Amino acid sequence: MSSPSYLDAQGLRSWFLTHDHKRIAVLYIITVTFFFFAGGLAASLIRIELVTPEGDLLTADGYNRAFTLHGVIMVWFFLIPSIPSVFGNFLVPIMIGARDMAFPRLNLLSWYLLLGGGLFTLLALLLGGVDTGWTFYTPLSTMFSNGHVVAVICGVFIAGFSSILTGINIIATVHTLRAPGMTWMRLPLFIWSMYATSVILVLATPVLAITLLLVAAEHLFNIGVFDPNLGGDPLLFQHLFWFYSHPAVYIMILPAMGVVSELITAAAHKRIFGYEFVAWSSVAIAIIGFLVWGHHMFVAGQSMYASLVFSLLSFLVAIPSAIKAYNWSATLYKSDLTLHAPFLFALTFIGLFIIGGVTGLFLALLAADLHAHDTYFVVAHFHYIMVGAAVAGYFGALHFWWPKITGRLYSALWGKITAVLIFCGFNLTFFPQFLLGYLGMPRRYHSYAPDLQFLNVMSSAGASILALAYVLPFFYLLASLRWGERAPMNPWEAAGLEWRVPSPPPAHNFQSPVTVDFEAYDYTEQARRDPL
Amino acid sequence: MSERFTRLWPEQASTYAAQVDWLVIGFTAMMVLFVVPVFVALWVFIWRYRRGRPANRDRRPQGNLSIEVAWIVLPFIGSLIVFGFSAWLFMNARTPPSDALEIQVTARQWMWKFQHPGGQREINTLHVPARRPVKLTMISEDAIHSLFLPALRIKQDVLPGRYTMLWFQAERSGSYEAFCAEYCGTDHAAMLARLVVLEPAHYQRWLENNGTQADLVEQGQVLYRQHGCGRCHDQGLAPSLAGIGQRTVTFTDGSQATADAAYLRESILLPNKRLVAGYAPTMPSYRNLLDEEALQRLLAYLQSLPASGTEDNP
Repeated sequence: MSSPSYLDAQGLRSWFLTHDHKRIAVLYIITVTFFFFAGGLAASLIRIELVTPEGDLLTADGYNRAFTLHGVIMVWFFLIPSIPSVFGNFLVPIMIGARDMAFPRLNLLSWYLLLGGGLFTLLALLLGGVDTGWTFYTPLSTMFSNGHVVAVICGVFIAGFSSILTGINIIATVHTLRAPGMTWMRLPLFIWSMYATSVILVLATPVLAITLLLVAAEHLFNIGVFDPNLGGDPLLFQHLFWFYSHPAVYIMILPAMGVVSELITAAAHKRIFGYEFVAWSSVAIAIIGFLVWGHHMFVAGQSMYASLVFSLLSFLVAIPSAIKAYNWSATLYKSDLTLHAPFLFALTFIGLFIIGGVTGLFLALLAADLHAHDTYFVVAHFHYIMVGAAVAGYFGALHFWWPKITGRLYSALWGKITAVLIFCGFNLTFFPQFLLGYLGMPRRYHSYAPDLQFLNVMSSAGASILALAYVLPFFYLLASLRWGERAPMNPWEAAGLEWRVPSPPPAHNFQSPVTVDFEAYDYTEQARRDPL
Repeated sequence: MSERFTRLWPEQASTYAAQVDWLVIGFTAMMVLFVVPVFVALWVFIWRYRRGRPANRDRRPQGNLSIEVAWIVLPFIGSLIVFGFSAWLFMNARTPPSDALEIQVTARQWMWKFQHPGGQREINTLHVPARRPVKLTMISEDAIHSLFLPALRIKQDVLPGRYTMLWFQAERSGSYEAFCAEYCGTDHAAMLARLVVLEPAHYQRWLENNGTQADLVEQGQVLYRQHGCGRCHDQGLAPSLAGIGQRTVTFTDGSQATADAAYLRESILLPNKRLVAGYAPTMPSYRNLLDEEALQRLLAYLQSLPASGTEDNP
């Protein structure tokens, strides 16, 4: 226990030139928190504008720039890097019994790339923003946009390399650095989900990068790829974009699912129900997730038969998600359950994820999608998944591993209050949007019919609760750094290698090389929880 | 708009709309059936097995294959049934009857333009008869738009450079909202239209009151003459256009295509992209001479041409 913690080294150099996966994770926490608040600010503008049916707070162009900024920042600079880069970095080596990631320098580089991409995007913002939506649909983005399309594309392009490098690093680490005895079927489920996520990161991100380059080429040099007036095909862009962006949704949600598997078992003090099913369902999601992009294009002018196939495949991809939800519930059977804050975040995740997943099936249903497509129904659906569930997963992870990362305990009561506020605020914000969408309110409208105001006001009221709930942890978690109690090695009495090293862990994680001779989530023998 | 405080369910203007609503309600019921057990189980287990409460925790299950198979297979079969019904509805919504009234739609930033077969033109309002199938052939002059008719539960993106189709049969007369659903730039939220469904007799009167000198075919014939198309096409220097709407054409590379609206539009704008076998590439592009609406008129004329006895390109 006498070895110094990874946080002991002092000075800027010790942070900005670090190769320690744990310190890089801390750099990521700070970075994504900044972008989360930047994107959240734009969301607040949107919800305040929509309190009244008239477009009165923002101009039409101002509103278009606000939702574009919100989407771009949240998707590429918060949601995608959040869990993989923060907790993937911090936990993957410790959970598999390794001293660091396979490529520590590459790891640091990927943080600089995310920061660089973010600064580029920020630059575009200061220059006046973009009005294409985060989807950059052509030929709007290439021929008719008067915003800084190329600068934003540059930002996203650079950040994409951060994703790719992180993905490569995690795949290599899981393959080569597992401790002796740490077989694949002994890996914590968080590792399975990080592995599946990394495969998507590595395979899908290059497609986005190429697509964005083509958009920039058409915008700058009039090279006809997507604009029919130049001989291009506008639907080609949508195929390429969704070939990345649908799997990208799984980049956001799979890591959160991995987190929830950890939180549920730690609260239940019991092995997960159906380990193999939960593990392989992550891989199934990663694979089938690549085959459903066409369900974003049912009304786009895609062939009717293609739409039929994509609809069927979209039902298939729901199965592995359902497997996880059923197994999480079954895990609580005969458990020894502690209702701590991280568990409440896991419950919030499950509730919001189920609503988001089921409403996704309505959109996979062809005839229902013809009506609901491009309305607030879609907005509500993907926010349940990408915000409600994924951010609940991120906050759950933050509350679960905070004592390990910082060595401090935060106020348990405030943690629980936040989890409940997020659940209530989120549903109040986004449930009315399902009704708005079915009533026919299209998305990306800054003015709407007066008899839709009641539901919009409800939504904005919920958003203010949600904003409060998302800001709260910033204060009590920071306060814990100064006034929090020192965290013990294993505050949750959880199984897993990370709970058998000190909080915070020493610079090289383990005093001596680890050998694994036990299964994942082994709660049967107390001896298994000895310090390593 | 009415003075209602708030709307709770969208208007139904067609039988199809009612079917979609039943699909949605039925699927909601099925999903409740699959989801409620999860929530109930969660709460029961949380209550029964919370730490400190005495409960039987012996012989904890690690997993159970038959349970896993059950909760994989049952929801999937249920979903497949709904998928089937939805696919049937979708295929109906994508297959217009052959006797449909054809209306041409041109979208641009940020307005909707409509042309009736009788030559009547409207902007941001579309009058159609009740209880008769209506087929919209749509094209955009700039970015992608999407015509969304909530009361009919349908929408279709409107693309530049390519015709897309939307059809419906409204049962109830009335005035309904129409939106642009695909984000298209600054005034996207102002790209609104009204769909006015009239009783057939009223529709007839509306057509007469808004009648023009010439119907769409005649307007197209004027364009045909103005642009001198006949100087080649009627003199044997270029392929004859008799019966072109019903024909298959053969190209220099041996491939064939049906001379549909998409092909005719392409051969006017990009005449040398696919060359009809036996002819030299002499036709100039009319891209800068004809806008999308004029093209729709010209195509209406071309597609109306009867087949003649002498076909040089069977």
